[in-house]
Amino acid sequence: MAKRYRSAGEITFDVFNYLVLGIIGIAAILPFLFVVAGSFATEAEITKRAVFLVPTTISLDAYRFIFSTDTIVRSIGVSLYVTVIGTAVNLFFTVTMAYPMAKRYLMGRNLILNLVIFTMLFGGGMIPTYLVIRELHLLDTLNALIFPGAISAFNLIIVKNFFQELPAEMEEAARIDGCTELGLLWRIVLPLSKPVLATFTLFYAVGHWNNFFSALLYINDPSKWPLQVMLRQIVMLSQSAAGDLSSMDPNFVQPPEQSIKMAVIVVGTLPIMCVYPFLQKHFAKGVMLGSVKG
Amino acid sequence: MKQGAAMGAAELSAGTSFRRSRREQRFRRLKRDKWLYILLSPGLLYFLVFKYVPMWGVLLAFKDYQPFLGFWQSSWVGLEHFRTFFQNPDFFMLLRNTLVLSLYNLVFFFPAPIILALLLNEIRLSFYKRTIQTLIYVPHFISMVIVASISYVFLTTQGGAVNEFLFTVTGRKIDFLANPDWFRPMIILQTIWKECGWGTIIFLAALAGVDVEQYEAAVVDGASRWRQTWHITLPAIRSTIVILLILRMGTILDNGFEQIYLMMNALNREVAEVFDTYVYALGITQGAFSYSTAVGLFKSVIGVVLVLGTNWLAKKSGESGLY
Repeated sequence: MAKRYRSAGEITFDVFNYLVLGIIGIAAILPFLFVVAGSFATEAEITKRAVFLVPTTISLDAYRFIFSTDTIVRSIGVSLYVTVIGTAVNLFFTVTMAYPMAKRYLMGRNLILNLVIFTMLFGGGMIPTYLVIRELHLLDTLNALIFPGAISAFNLIIVKNFFQELPAEMEEAARIDGCTELGLLWRIVLPLSKPVLATFTLFYAVGHWNNFFSALLYINDPSKWPLQVMLRQIVMLSQSAAGDLSSMDPNFVQPPEQSIKMAVIVVGTLPIMCVYPFLQKHFAKGVMLGSVKG
Repeated sequence: MKQGAAMGAAELSAGTSFRRSRREQRFRRLKRDKWLYILLSPGLLYFLVFKYVPMWGVLLAFKDYQPFLGFWQSSWVGLEHFRTFFQNPDFFMLLRNTLVLSLYNLVFFFPAPIILALLLNEIRLSFYKRTIQTLIYVPHFISMVIVASISYVFLTTQGGAVNEFLFTVTGRKIDFLANPDWFRPMIILQTIWKECGWGTIIFLAALAGVDVEQYEAAVVDGASRWRQTWHITLPAIRSTIVILLILRMGTILDNGFEQIYLMMNALNREVAEVFDTYVYALGITQGAFSYSTAVGLFKSVIGVVLVLGTNWLAKKSGESGLY
């Protein structure tokens, strides 16, 4: 295709297309770059210049402030805990359910599959779910951020389809060698599914780190707020992260407010940026698996 | 007659023995696969407790729920909550806001990933294409809180970069965050920024499946690039577009609770409040469980009807549909 005749119109289109996509690509990350720059700047600089990508003086005050406050540090801890434990729970629930569902000979398999699919179409909604969580005494516990979302029906079906595609011969051979069902799952199926499991580990982990909705609904106790909820308090409701801290420490200098907000935004995004390169390798395929086979 | 009865009895006994053997067979299969069922149980328990029990909870919409009486003791009130809701002037506000936002989404957001995918598909430098893709997927993984936070930090009239810039250029500031006129454009722009790039994945996958020979044949026939796009590329991804449109119809009434909740304030509430935020405000913060369940149920039922309806329409017009 590359060497065929190209009209002036086509060349114009190509130039235009490359330019437009370049601009779109930059626009996708530009706001974030501004925030990163702002988080390292001093308040004077932010008030002096509206928009900049490189601050003249690099200042770590905003970050020093964040990590000196109890509230933000604790919320980071909550988010990390929920992300790690929550993702482990997600994987356990999803894999243990997907594996039996991948067996075509399993009695009741279609019924279970339909039950799962139905939940994708219709749900009880916010209030009935809230009441179930309340009846289970999960309100104001971190378990409310972990168990109500233990399985994503969509992910479950993709993992199930993946297990189903694994060659059955391998399984038969292992069975003849005396491998038990659990041994089969642990020693044969899981090692073969590493790429899929990696994708969903990251998807689930990102979901937990970004979770705001469940915490808003189920957690009233500010000491159990994850970072996303804390972020909203600080940036949108403009509540000083630790108002009382300044009175406790006589040497405390009130750091620039705008750059603190930006620094909290950076901290809230940082883990995503760290896993993104690993994510990126896998997800296109993962999404495709889901879209093609449904 | 007698013969018939005897035959019937014979058949019957054959039937029972057949049934018994099937029952035995079932039992044997259950026993053989016991480990599979044990593995299945945590997941099943999850779906029952967190998905199916709340489905029964929608019955609250027909009850007058009193927390001290509990679910079973509270009295039935039939459709009273629905009647109250439909008579409430809030109903029209919610319906209007929800539908207008969905319409904006459908018109401005839905085609965006398709166009972007088509543009990306025309890029021949694979390094350049991959770089752009890597960049435009990033916003999808950023939480809505971060997106809203970034919007706040840049759009605020108190030192926000966008307003500082506007001020130096025009001498005026615009209060994007509190002005009702700016609410909808802001929401749509956020959605486009966050999800447009991610949305291209599925279309790019569909585009990758288009037969290259068709393009070659079209070139021989003297088709311009625009003609090729119109007659080969677009028809090739038509079914993908239809499927996504059906899925979109199902979510037409949930315009993203988090986003709207985060961007809503007292000043733009008249255009911002939608079904989900209303359910939250009345149910969770004010404890009107039955009434807000009724509102939520109204919303989900309409959603299901829209999916089934669009699917039916798609099938009628010769597309494959979802199911």
